[in-house]
Amino acid sequence: MSLDMFIQHLFNALTLGSLYGLIAIGYTMVYGILRLINFAHGDIFMLGAYFVFFGVTLTKLPWGIAVILAVALSALCGIVIDRIAYRPLRDAPRISALISAIGVSFFIENLGLVVFTGLPKPVYRPDWLVEIITLGNIRILPLALIVPAIAFALVMGLLWIVYKTKPGLAMRSISKDIETTRLMGVSVDKIIALTFGLGSALAAASGIMWALRYPQIHPFMGVFPGFKAFIAAVLGGIGSIQGAMIGGMLLGLIEIMAVAFFPALSGYRDAFAFILLIVILLMKPTGLMGEKLEEKV
Amino acid sequence: MKFGKVGIALALVLVFAAGAFAADTVKIGVFLPLTGQMGFGGQLELDGVKMAHKEAPTVLGKKVELIVVDNKSDKVEAANAVKRLIEKEKVVAIIGTYGSSLAMAGGEISEKAGIPQLGTSCTNPLVTQGKKYIFRTCFIDPFQGAGAATYAFQKMKAKTAAILIDVSQDYSVGLANFFEKSFTKMGGKVVAKLNYNSGDQDFTAQLTEIISKNPDVLFIPSYFAEGAIIMKQVGELGGKFKIMGGDAMDNPEIVKIGGKAVEGFAYTTFPYDPTMKNMSPIAKKFTENWKKAFPGKDPNVNAALGYDSYMLILDAIKRAGKADPKLIRDQLEATKNFPGVTGSTTMNATHDAEKPVGIMMIQNGKRVFVDVIQPKL
Repeated sequence: MSLDMFIQHLFNALTLGSLYGLIAIGYTMVYGILRLINFAHGDIFMLGAYFVFFGVTLTKLPWGIAVILAVALSALCGIVIDRIAYRPLRDAPRISALISAIGVSFFIENLGLVVFTGLPKPVYRPDWLVEIITLGNIRILPLALIVPAIAFALVMGLLWIVYKTKPGLAMRSISKDIETTRLMGVSVDKIIALTFGLGSALAAASGIMWALRYPQIHPFMGVFPGFKAFIAAVLGGIGSIQGAMIGGMLLGLIEIMAVAFFPALSGYRDAFAFILLIVILLMKPTGLMGEKLEEKV
Repeated sequence: MKFGKVGIALALVLVFAAGAFAADTVKIGVFLPLTGQMGFGGQLELDGVKMAHKEAPTVLGKKVELIVVDNKSDKVEAANAVKRLIEKEKVVAIIGTYGSSLAMAGGEISEKAGIPQLGTSCTNPLVTQGKKYIFRTCFIDPFQGAGAATYAFQKMKAKTAAILIDVSQDYSVGLANFFEKSFTKMGGKVVAKLNYNSGDQDFTAQLTEIISKNPDVLFIPSYFAEGAIIMKQVGELGGKFKIMGGDAMDNPEIVKIGGKAVEGFAYTTFPYDPTMKNMSPIAKKFTENWKKAFPGKDPNVNAALGYDSYMLILDAIKRAGKADPKLIRDQLEATKNFPGVTGSTTMNATHDAEKPVGIMMIQNGKRVFVDVIQPKL
């Protein structure tokens, strides 16, 4: 393999990996605080992309405003989902909330099928995002540089919220012990709603980025990226925000390099990813950046 | 007032009862992917079937009732859809489907139940292989794959080719194999063969590899949902080769979704398109009627195949003289020179309709019918 080609593969991996990472952050944040795997995450991701699509094509909003509105709307969806499907199950066994999450996921997908129809739709992309940058034989989509930058900024912002603000303090406290937090006078439900709002905003942001990179949207577009991002989150150590980003990058790298080095096995691209997941979990059951498992008393 | 309400209720009951007693209809089942990955093609085929039904709503003096079921582009759903059509709806014949994998899943059920099934655009040879009750109005993959190879080698003067295959679709794998066979037989060379899975959206790794091999032509026997995205990524990565595909890429929406990326893309299809010259009278009439029925929406070959399938089944029922599945089957098998929109249909020994291969190309943002090819198998 020539050096040019290798670098091209590297850039491809960077784009894919940072997209996985971006989705994984939302997963991991909700999990870190509530110990709930929000399976509807991939569907909020899809909703975010559709909101932008409708904002731009139906109401002719400028693209930037459509994006902001879509993120806000998705955050609202997240809060509503929490209110309807998760809050009533707060004191139920964890498995009930998990099943409820799967139900919400199916519901949104099928609602999308009815409302948006199952046919894929093309996505508008602002020119400055897709004007190719050429460096010798290497071709880079500006998006390939913007996505990691945005992902990095979001990670920083999240870390700031979680570690430096009052609601962040409450979130961390909820993740340790929900009952004690409530006794301390923290409005637990509001903080959890905020968590879902943030997580959903992240999902929408990544859905929009994904739609810019792979400009075709349909109601099931969130399913596969959702799975992959979940793997990335587990790989990095679920609950850890930095870990999610690292896991995503690693997954993107493995997927691309597997094809690059073994073109004949390109059909088994996903298998490489899953084998890696199994191997890492066997060696480090809490993931790369995961905290040590503590038995709650 | 009260009396009036009762009167209306009575009238309604009578209407429903009349409907129930006039059960002297011929039920034909339609199972197609109306949603999901193949929803584009399935919808168009359904429109074609419905248009044919409107033009010929009766057979043997009875009304024809269409029962439509969505198989959601999913193999399991396809089998369930056929089961429902046969067991619950008691249809005498089935039209469908788009997608070879779906046709095979559904075909197993029809074959066992002894209900004739007429495929619309399922082109993998295995669909009808060893089956007594399964037929199709389209030709098969060897024809298409070889047709694309013949066109690439003879008309595009391509000497080297790369192939990108969707390994989870029988259709894609079949087309790719026959393309390779025919292309190498003529003296060309396949320099790269890479795979992906349905639902993938990132093809940059595969395409970077293909671009490094610098082929004259890239053959992507993919479905519509992936095809347009693959071509966009080829453009982004700077691929300079020509691109060819199969009939699954034929859709009026292709330019809307693919934009500049699909310019110059050529694909094999059945010999019908509204832009073709020297149309047969049937094709001409179909095109005119379609434009009246769906203003602003172009017909395509899927619509034509849906139309032809319905007409062919109706013709078989007429020849059978009775809406009996076994008799319909026999008559379908005996089909000879049945004139359709997609050319004259004769069922061969393996229940496939043999027709020449048409080549379409995207030129200046429009789908243009450019050639008819006799494939070198």
